[in-house]
Amino acid sequence: MFYHYVEYLEYEREVRNMCTTSNTAGRIHRLPEIEVFRPKTVQEAIELLAQHPEDAKVLAGGTDIMNKMKRRTLVPKYLVSLNNIDGLDSITYENDELHIGARVTYSKIVANEIIQEKYPIIAQAAALTASAPVRSAGTLMGNICNAVPSADSAPPLLVLGGKVQVVGPKGFRTVPMEDFILCPHKCCLAADEIATEVIVPAPEGKAEYQKMQLRNEGDLAMVGVAVRYLPAADGETCEVLRVGLGAVGPTPLRAKTAEAAMEGKKVTPELIEQVAALAMDDASCIDDIRATAEYRREVIRVFMIRALSKLTGVQASA
Amino acid sequence: MKDVMTFQINGEEYSALIDHRRTLAEVLRDEFGLLGTHIGCEEGHCGACTILIDGEPVNSCLQLAIDAQGRQILTIEGLADGAKLHPIQEAYADSGAVQCGFCTPGMILSTKALLDKNPDPTEEEIKYALSGNLCRCTGYYQIIEAVQAAAKMLQEVS
Repeated sequence: MFYHYVEYLEYEREVRNMCTTSNTAGRIHRLPEIEVFRPKTVQEAIELLAQHPEDAKVLAGGTDIMNKMKRRTLVPKYLVSLNNIDGLDSITYENDELHIGARVTYSKIVANEIIQEKYPIIAQAAALTASAPVRSAGTLMGNICNAVPSADSAPPLLVLGGKVQVVGPKGFRTVPMEDFILCPHKCCLAADEIATEVIVPAPEGKAEYQKMQLRNEGDLAMVGVAVRYLPAADGETCEVLRVGLGAVGPTPLRAKTAEAAMEGKKVTPELIEQVAALAMDDASCIDDIRATAEYRREVIRVFMIRALSKLTGVQASA
Repeated sequence: MKDVMTFQINGEEYSALIDHRRTLAEVLRDEFGLLGTHIGCEEGHCGACTILIDGEPVNSCLQLAIDAQGRQILTIEGLADGAKLHPIQEAYADSGAVQCGFCTPGMILSTKALLDKNPDPTEEEIKYALSGNLCRCTGYYQIIEAVQAAAKMLQEVS
């Protein structure tokens, strides 16, 4: 490979140079220089974030932020790790609400009996996310804070009416999932705030998440469709329809026109097909590296028909 | 920024003065000479760096070493008992599941995590559990057979 020692020295110099300059994408992935704090309480963590408003980021599972740092997309000087804080890692059901702590990993969610029984769509989406080693470390909270439109955790939380508890120096606030992600890579957290738990109200009806991905496992969603359906007392009319779409807009979104078109009406195959078509228009699909807009629209339509047929018991054909 | 960090690896305690920005994969290899954990994509896709932390498979390239303290780490070096191979290692060797060997430590540890939880997995469950470990040599069939053989061996032992 190296014909001359001088060539080798120049290669070494180039490598060392790259480790300290920005944009090392495609080459050796060293992290930038960072100091890691491991506070023991949420309060301490918030104080640390407030002390370094421009330069500090929160670390939980690390599966998103480590890559961003390796590629120099994010170059914080300080990381405030949540991993030494007691708590933040539990899943509880109390006062008719599900609480998922910020540090709860996908693997814990998949295996959790409360979620399997009462909120299977959350376990379904978690099981479809990434691959086993990523699921052991990555957190649901990190997924939504990373704020990409394709986040698998988001559509289920949208249809379930999930909220995020946010803690900052001035106290805490609760943000509905719809308002949490602002645009790609930006969530509503201020620099000195930490999202401590996801809260989901008591489950009503049945819900399902479908993910279109290129590979069988370990891939990002080209299209994600979550649907929740609650029938009225007569069993034939739709009382509640919620549709959450991922990867088909700048943020995960609810297909509100589609929802409104079915609520209060008797479910028929024709209505299902109409609602599926409306969901296509609620999205703003684009062509990108993973799929074309046209394909995404068609996938939305087919997924909607499949989900609604299954959840309502009325068979419509795609 | 460096600190003395202490790790529980394969049932033993390891300590060193380590920079905050080192990943667990780097530390296992560069500080402690445990070279069985391989570094592939460094991005958490290929699984060559898979180790077990508290029994769960984890991409060590995405773990900051500083946060891996106080947890039970198992690397490939921790599986064999002296010269006696673990049944999973034997099954891989006997099934032709090892060609270049680069993916193998990660594959074996993912297999251990699977079989510890699910002693009799179906082929689909095996594929799902190993989906975070890529192999460029074998085409995966021999690996799936190795997992099935290992499952049988482990069931006979217990």
